[in-house]
Amino acid sequence: MKKIFYIPAILLLLLSWSCNDDEFLDRPPTSILSEEQIWSDDSQVLSLLGNLYNRYYDLGTVKDWPSLGGFNEAFFSNAGSYGDFQNSGWNLDSWRTWDYTYIREINLFIQKCTAADKLSTASKDRFLAEARFLRASYYFELVKRMGGVPLVLEPLTYDFSGNPSYLQQPRAKESEIYDFIISEAEAIKDKLPANSTEKSRVTMAAALAMEARAALYAGSIAKYGVNTPQVSLAGGEVGIPATMAMGYYTKALTAAKEIISGKAGAYALYTKKPDLSENFASIFYDKANNSEVIFVDDFKLKSGKVHGFTISNQPRYGAEEEEGGRINPSLNFVEAFEKLDNTFAPIPTTDAAGKPLYYTNQVDIFAGRDARLAGTVMLPGTSFKGRAVDIWAGYQLANGTILSGDDRGAQKTLPGKTVPEQVVGFDGPIDGFEFTAQSGFYLRKYLDPVVGSGQRGVQSEVWFVRYRYAEVLLNAAEAAFELGQGADAAGYMNQVRTRAGLVTPLKASDITFDRIAHERRVELAFEGHYLYDMKRWRIAHLIMDGNTINAADLSKDLGKATKRNTQPWALWSYKIYDPTSANNGKWIYRPVKLSRVTGADRFQFGNYYTSIADDVINNNPKIVRNPNQ
Amino acid sequence: MFKRKDIMKIRFQIFSLLALSVFFTSCEKDNFSAPKSVLSGNVVYKGEPIGVEYDQVRLQLWQPGFGKLAAIDAPVSQSGSYSAVLFDGNYKMVFPKGRGPFMTIQKDASAKDTLYVKLTGNQQLDVEVLPYYMIRNAKFNGGENKVSVALKLEKIITDANAKAIERVSLYVNKTEFVARATNIVVTDVADIKDLNNISLTANVPAIMPAQTYVFARVGVKIKDVEDMVFSPVQKVQL
Repeated sequence: MKKIFYIPAILLLLLSWSCNDDEFLDRPPTSILSEEQIWSDDSQVLSLLGNLYNRYYDLGTVKDWPSLGGFNEAFFSNAGSYGDFQNSGWNLDSWRTWDYTYIREINLFIQKCTAADKLSTASKDRFLAEARFLRASYYFELVKRMGGVPLVLEPLTYDFSGNPSYLQQPRAKESEIYDFIISEAEAIKDKLPANSTEKSRVTMAAALAMEARAALYAGSIAKYGVNTPQVSLAGGEVGIPATMAMGYYTKALTAAKEIISGKAGAYALYTKKPDLSENFASIFYDKANNSEVIFVDDFKLKSGKVHGFTISNQPRYGAEEEEGGRINPSLNFVEAFEKLDNTFAPIPTTDAAGKPLYYTNQVDIFAGRDARLAGTVMLPGTSFKGRAVDIWAGYQLANGTILSGDDRGAQKTLPGKTVPEQVVGFDGPIDGFEFTAQSGFYLRKYLDPVVGSGQRGVQSEVWFVRYRYAEVLLNAAEAAFELGQGADAAGYMNQVRTRAGLVTPLKASDITFDRIAHERRVELAFEGHYLYDMKRWRIAHLIMDGNTINAADLSKDLGKATKRNTQPWALWSYKIYDPTSANNGKWIYRPVKLSRVTGADRFQFGNYYTSIADDVINNNPKIVRNPNQ
Repeated sequence: MFKRKDIMKIRFQIFSLLALSVFFTSCEKDNFSAPKSVLSGNVVYKGEPIGVEYDQVRLQLWQPGFGKLAAIDAPVSQSGSYSAVLFDGNYKMVFPKGRGPFMTIQKDASAKDTLYVKLTGNQQLDVEVLPYYMIRNAKFNGGENKVSVALKLEKIITDANAKAIERVSLYVNKTEFVARATNIVVTDVADIKDLNNISLTANVPAIMPAQTYVFARVGVKIKDVEDMVFSPVQKVQL
């Protein structure tokens, strides 16, 4: 019986031989797109490009809150970050980046997009220009941090011959990388749309803004590099000859002027709101018809691309999560804002005789200052999302003693009273208590006023601004100043200053290097510019010289570009409790050095250019090390 | 819920795992013994150690012959000494370029300033360098909450590589660690007229908790040189 069954079965199996197995087995995959499918469809290419956009490098970004603070412009009210204020500087590998995988993938994109023949010329040109922008942007990031790097513009492939030497390229000169960025921007600008409503994709204005910034950086390295001859290499991998400075400044001014003239689209300073501080804060969260913003890293609620910057930095009192308040702008930074008459002055806590000044309202002490102060910093006595921040350090009693608590909103009994009441703000400041406003201030820039932005389940869709019109104006002002065109420089700078309420115009003779440096510090604070500015002007080692700051140093030399900034200071407010005095219920302020701040930063010559990793040098012996490392 | 039988089963599995874990101890062969040869010494000028700042100047040790290279850092202490615990072998010892308040000594064209060290067991090795300046006869005095110092400076490098003095600073701290970043008071003099007659005084602020002594040292900042040269740390009675 069994045999009768097996024999026909085997025969049947023999017959089931298929005759066309190529066709049968070779099926298109359902989960992977083929090269051909991608390079024939605009939307597929765009999503490929989207991946490259998402890998853009920013030194500071809202995706990583500490990256925007730093350099003693702020104290970090976060227990895990106190170490930043207890060490004496930065490792030689700080800010390192070396992502040649990214460059290779952009090069592959360019190679394949150039070869693609099913795309329309218009969209192909735009894709290629965008990819070249991203590549130039990353080379810009590399040259700012590492100095000259190998300039690889073709996708390299190893042939497994055992000899990789043909892949090993030496470092290009620092100036060559800047020249590459400038020439790329020039080459692609006309292939990009001149459209001021496009923010998250590259436009003509973005290319020009990058060109202006790169040329300005190169010009200042050439000009100010003479002050630090140690920070250079014989082969030019680090350092640019001083003779090239004027050429770069001219290019920077030309590129900036192209944007200012309106050729690249209708850009203008953002002036929608009558309250100048509110107006300044809105630049960073108002995404509807924002005329100032040029190029951003955009986010969208419910899309998966959101960020938690507001969660990390929202005022702790009434926060939507049990956290917040991490970036606390320092008193050093707050004092950098000018008075409305264009003069510098410390925040007035005492009169000339050293007696404390009494203020009726908490915020009065900051009156008559640059509107950008309240637009950037959340001051005590102001509010966020309709709730007043509760920042005050305690009561000062009639005999001068302080009554305070060590918990948010702690309660104690005031002398002559029987019922305990609140003696310290719900937002602190309490020394060493994380998430309270330990410096006396919170950050306002980038905080999203939308309900839910402080919730972990919702987060924020506030964009991160990479290029904006005000920076273009300041770039133009600096380039014009360096080229000896003081009147033009003043003109550009006054536009930015008027928007901040500083309506008395600066004259050509008022424009100095210190003025330029100061304007950038306050306008572009917490936007990732401060480090690069200090580096390219070669003043980082003077600002952060490793010496501690005492109370007297703090208010000296305000407005000077090289003013020491090695430790963040705090400004604490106290309420007067003295029912017999006219000052009862008024406010006094005291500068405070927080107990967690024990180190003083020193920027070493070796920090000007980040060290290149040993494994990179081992793999490519042609790479020379950066100076002083 | 677990039945009693299941619990028994789990127990049995735990016991068997415990029994198995006996086999997880490593054998001797995959463990290297730790390095134990100590290379130590001072950074010196004519045998005299050069004081620097804590954890700022460092020596680099390179051991070629094992493929990928990476430096072993040996930080130089306040008093100018360094030490590193190493495996026996051949090392190249260098200062990173531009570091330290001194110039390295170029021996010849091929070796440049590299020191070749053959390490077998503990070894004492002083590194001779050429400082820009040496601090001589630093005499500290304390009293009435003041610290004063009188010193002389000797200019060692006088040829084309000579550098000017940016300032001389007196640093005072509560602890033995005295540096630019760790101090309670600093006094600077920038305009030095006579190298043989320099004196500085610092007013010591109130120290909490109170102590009757402080530590002081004097440092010289040389123009365009990052690291400062320091005198030895001195304990001063107030």
